[in-house]
Amino acid sequence: MSTFPWLTALGVLPLLGSIVVALLPRAKHTLAKQVALAVSALTLLLTVVMALEFQGDSTEPFQFVESYPWIPTFGINYSVGVDGIGLVLIALAATLVPIVIIAGWNDVQEDDGGSVKGYFALVLVLEALMIGVFSATDLFLFYVYFEVMLIPVYFLIGRYGGPQRAYAAVKFLIYSLVGGLFMLASLIGLWVVSRDETGQGTFDYLSLVELNIDPNTQKLLFLGFFFAFAIKAPLWPFHTWLPDAAAQAKPGTSVLLIGVLDKVGTFGMIRYLLPIFPAASDFYAPVVIGMALIGIFYGGYVALNQNNMKRLFAYSSMSHFGFIALGIFVFTEQGVSGSVVYMVAHGLSTAALFLTAGFLMARFKDSALISSYGGVNKIAPVLAGFFLVASLSSLALPGMVSFTGEFLVILGAFERYMWVGAIATLGIVLTAAYVLRVYQRTMTGPLNPDLPQFVDLKAREITALVPIAVLTIALGIMPAPILNVINPAVERTLEISELKYERVASDATTSSEGVTP
Amino acid sequence: MNPSNYILLSAVLFSIGAIGVLVRRNAIIVFMSVELMLNAANLAFVTFARMNGNLDGQVVAFFVMVVAAAEVVIGLAIIVTIFRTRRSASIDEPSLLKY
Amino acid sequence: MTELMPAEGVFSLIWLLIALPLAGAIVLLFGGRRTNSWGPYLGVLTVSASAVLGVLMLLGLLDRPAEERTVEQTLFTWVFVGDFQADMAFQLDQLSMVFVLLITIVGALIHVYSLGYMSHDPDRRKFFGYLNLFVAAMLLLVLANNYLLVYVGWEGVGLASFLLIGFWQAKPSAAAAAKKAFIINRVGDVGLSLAIMLMFVTFGSVSFDDVFRSTSEASEGTLTAIGLLLLLAAAGKSAQFPLQAWLLDAMEGPTPVSALIHAATMVTAGVYLIVRSNAIYNAAVWAATAVVIVGLITIFMGAIIGSAKDDIKKSLAGSTMSQIGYMIFAAGLGPIGYVFAIFHLLTHGVFKAGLFLGAGSVMHGMNDNVNMRRYGALKGLMVITFITFMAGYLAIIGIPPFSGFWSKDEIIHAAFERNALIGIATILAAGITGFYMTRMIAMTFFGKPRWEEGVHPHESPAVMTIPLIILALGSTFMGMALLFWGNIESWLEPVTGFASEPTPLPTMFYIGVTLVVVIIGAVIGWITYGVKPVPIDPPHGSWLTRAARKDLYGDAVNDVLVVQPSLATARYLSWFDDKGIDGFVNGIARWVGLLANTLRRTQSGLVRSYALSMVGGVFVVVLALLLVRMN
Repeated sequence: MSTFPWLTALGVLPLLGSIVVALLPRAKHTLAKQVALAVSALTLLLTVVMALEFQGDSTEPFQFVESYPWIPTFGINYSVGVDGIGLVLIALAATLVPIVIIAGWNDVQEDDGGSVKGYFALVLVLEALMIGVFSATDLFLFYVYFEVMLIPVYFLIGRYGGPQRAYAAVKFLIYSLVGGLFMLASLIGLWVVSRDETGQGTFDYLSLVELNIDPNTQKLLFLGFFFAFAIKAPLWPFHTWLPDAAAQAKPGTSVLLIGVLDKVGTFGMIRYLLPIFPAASDFYAPVVIGMALIGIFYGGYVALNQNNMKRLFAYSSMSHFGFIALGIFVFTEQGVSGSVVYMVAHGLSTAALFLTAGFLMARFKDSALISSYGGVNKIAPVLAGFFLVASLSSLALPGMVSFTGEFLVILGAFERYMWVGAIATLGIVLTAAYVLRVYQRTMTGPLNPDLPQFVDLKAREITALVPIAVLTIALGIMPAPILNVINPAVERTLEISELKYERVASDATTSSEGVTP
Repeated sequence: MNPSNYILLSAVLFSIGAIGVLVRRNAIIVFMSVELMLNAANLAFVTFARMNGNLDGQVVAFFVMVVAAAEVVIGLAIIVTIFRTRRSASIDEPSLLKY
Repeated sequence: MTELMPAEGVFSLIWLLIALPLAGAIVLLFGGRRTNSWGPYLGVLTVSASAVLGVLMLLGLLDRPAEERTVEQTLFTWVFVGDFQADMAFQLDQLSMVFVLLITIVGALIHVYSLGYMSHDPDRRKFFGYLNLFVAAMLLLVLANNYLLVYVGWEGVGLASFLLIGFWQAKPSAAAAAKKAFIINRVGDVGLSLAIMLMFVTFGSVSFDDVFRSTSEASEGTLTAIGLLLLLAAAGKSAQFPLQAWLLDAMEGPTPVSALIHAATMVTAGVYLIVRSNAIYNAAVWAATAVVIVGLITIFMGAIIGSAKDDIKKSLAGSTMSQIGYMIFAAGLGPIGYVFAIFHLLTHGVFKAGLFLGAGSVMHGMNDNVNMRRYGALKGLMVITFITFMAGYLAIIGIPPFSGFWSKDEIIHAAFERNALIGIATILAAGITGFYMTRMIAMTFFGKPRWEEGVHPHESPAVMTIPLIILALGSTFMGMALLFWGNIESWLEPVTGFASEPTPLPTMFYIGVTLVVVIIGAVIGWITYGVKPVPIDPPHGSWLTRAARKDLYGDAVNDVLVVQPSLATARYLSWFDDKGIDGFVNGIARWVGLLANTLRRTQSGLVRSYALSMVGGVFVVVLALLLVRMN
């Protein structure tokens, strides 16, 4: 393995890019966009090279490790490293940013809330922070990234959003800050616990994992972290910031927000909650599973009643996050691996949905209302085709990567709690109902007479969508590239936490009832 | 002499000052009442310094005097300015700095 | 259980069977307008190539001894986590072989027919793309060697069906029908999905080979559960009770689609699934009984609906439901029925495709009118259509020696082997078949013309009639060919098992009774619709007729039990989300605001009141200190 500081380089590159973009003259819009695109493409290239260097079968917990003292008094280090889970999420972020930049090329005008170059600079800052948050192996560093990420998102929503953007941005910020505050309290508590136990307080992930924390303390500390992650993810009932944020933000912002940034919540559950607080995770698992199940159906039903496409996609995401959380808290390999696959799949399908919806809206008065469209297939068949692919990916059509994730999650749940799995399966009918409802009402039927005769997707827009569609289908047919790196990481996580649930081997007579360990 | 008498005097002076601040409207009088309270505090400091046999209290008393002097400089300037613009030295009138 | 043979020689190309139409679909759907001119021909070509390849493989299988006819080809490991593994692997055996031939050959004929039928449609490139996609998915369904891969094909055909039902999507009814079909099928998918999971939990694998080998290890309860879940899946895909409601609406699609997907192949996937899983049903008696009951109910529902509809395609759709009911029913009978379920599936696939294409040919000549009350006296104007339709007619009602006779007769006979009561029921249903099919031909081809103004019926072009002729030949001879020359029982026996039980009366007796009942049904149909004039406006009809016109209230039941409650829940939860949860969140914000508004009143701007509060504060602090000191 080379000694090149891959992860730091990946974080610094977009950050430098954003500074360059911010320093450009305000009038040179195109140049700002080109620089941003070039930087993000370079980051993607670097990520790909790094991913190829990654050893899937390595026994090390983290690869590309770097560590430098930061605040030695409190045992805080700048340490980064990735396992398979972090790697695929970094790859997801690095893939989606250039796509968002291409797709949002003309989304921002100078007379909007902020400058054109500002939007692209913020996107690059966000990319740097997303890569950082997935690669941090020091909890304090993670916390810093977790909170600092709010700043670019706040400005992305608050300056470049729709008419209600101030409300949405403040709501997002306060929700996240409240969650972050609880996490900070737990983090300090964790540090104190580590100091009491080892004599030297630390935020180092691998040292914290080694601790044997008293179960009652665990239950308390767990809640602080969980609260932050459940707001970020978002799980029911901490979700109401999401529809507002999604409805007001630019499509590109929504893609990064829901597609990647919210994954920090579920990523945190796997990376931090399970290994550091195993007893508490076990204790709270029924509650979390209950919230996840409610979220699956609640999100689905509310989505069924939405007339605003962006809000609908937000609620559908909430339903999908329910699946992801469900997979994590059943503690089976299939469930947790499925959740990680689901995160990637959801990132892709959300991106496809928001971007196609954005392209549609850009053609008709920025209206997100389903009722203002109808029969679009007639005038823009390519757009309708991509919308259908995105919809199918969202409803987890077999053969697409979202199916792999969803099936594994439900399988993992079913193995452990048969009825939970069975109930979650019913969610697939609901998903089909609300997804196809949008497709039917916007794309098919007679052409809505109010619609102008707009043009079909342009080359730039197709360029943005094709990689998503190709990845969705290619990884669906051949998920081996991601499963190969995810599986060992998941296995290690479950082993560290000693929570792994093993199916009773082929005891056919007892397995017809729900078996608990 | 019993130090408690000094403390008592200090308390009486402070109370007179406090009541003066509360009941009088003329800014100059209020200002003088504040000075009275400060000096009551000074008296208490010096007394305690004497009782404890160290110089800490006396040092603080000097600090208070300096602060009081600075305060007088600024406070009087403000009062004179207000009087010039409003032709009145009442402290109830300039209540513009409210919700 | 026969051994799995490695894929060698021609069998190393199993993947190509699927890849050819898939490649066709990709080229047609993503190639854009530049493929408009030659695209449809490419579509025909890929499916035909698959058909040729299929025939070559049949010859290859025939070359081998019976126990070496199961060939497996593994491409790569598909989904693997922990001890779960599903391969991208295909299994070609006697059962999948007959399906491959049915799908590719009938598929190719229908592709050719569509060249004529869709010749004026501006979007026909897409149409052929979707058809190719369907063929690829259907082949994947029948060639997969594990249930998870079956699921991919299963949803793939569902997607193709969705796209093709909604092909004329500018019509709101077509778009709605497509959505309805997909969602009802998803209910069935829940069954398949749960069955797969239960299999994994029970057997530790989802491949056919592993599951069927170890059925003896599982408890009967588990097997029954798996069987019932698979039945739910089959009911969804094959439009069986209680998930039958989508099939009649699916007739919104172009007629070749109805012929290929909603008559010959896709809707029979449920039968395939049950017959394929015979090892499970053999060990789960109650699940098999449930299959018989579902089949029996659907036989009658379909027949009754078919008897009342005036729309020729919907009448045929009711008939399809009924005929698939026969197959499901036969599959539920166990080893005495599996072979005949597949036999009837094959003959039905051919003659029903012929009937649908015939109906399409009639519609083509009648300006796309589907109302049989506006047909009549077409036999002289559409001679080829008429003759081929008659071949299908005689086949479906089961007149010897047409193909339907052999297959349906075997099913009825198998029913009597099990139980006289269900046997009598199947004979009765055969009588109703005779009635509604006679009604159909009487209203369409005989009687007086009742055409709408401006309609000039004419025979369809050769590109449409040639597939009709080939299918008519199949309707006539295929039953005999498969039974006597192809020896279908012994061909399928290694996969499905085959048994025969004695019946109390000689076989000829059942055949005779069935024929008499069918002829009675046909005569009633002829008297009502052939001899008496057919009114253009439908008469009021009996309560049964009125119910059947409304699909036996299938939609109404779904609406009351599922759709309306779901929408009400959706509305309520949206309200709750807005006012309840978000109301709570915004409520907190509002309370903070209110509190701040109240508290700021204390900032009066009066210096002396600030001083007073400071003094008060001092008093409070001193008091508190004194109180602490006291304790």
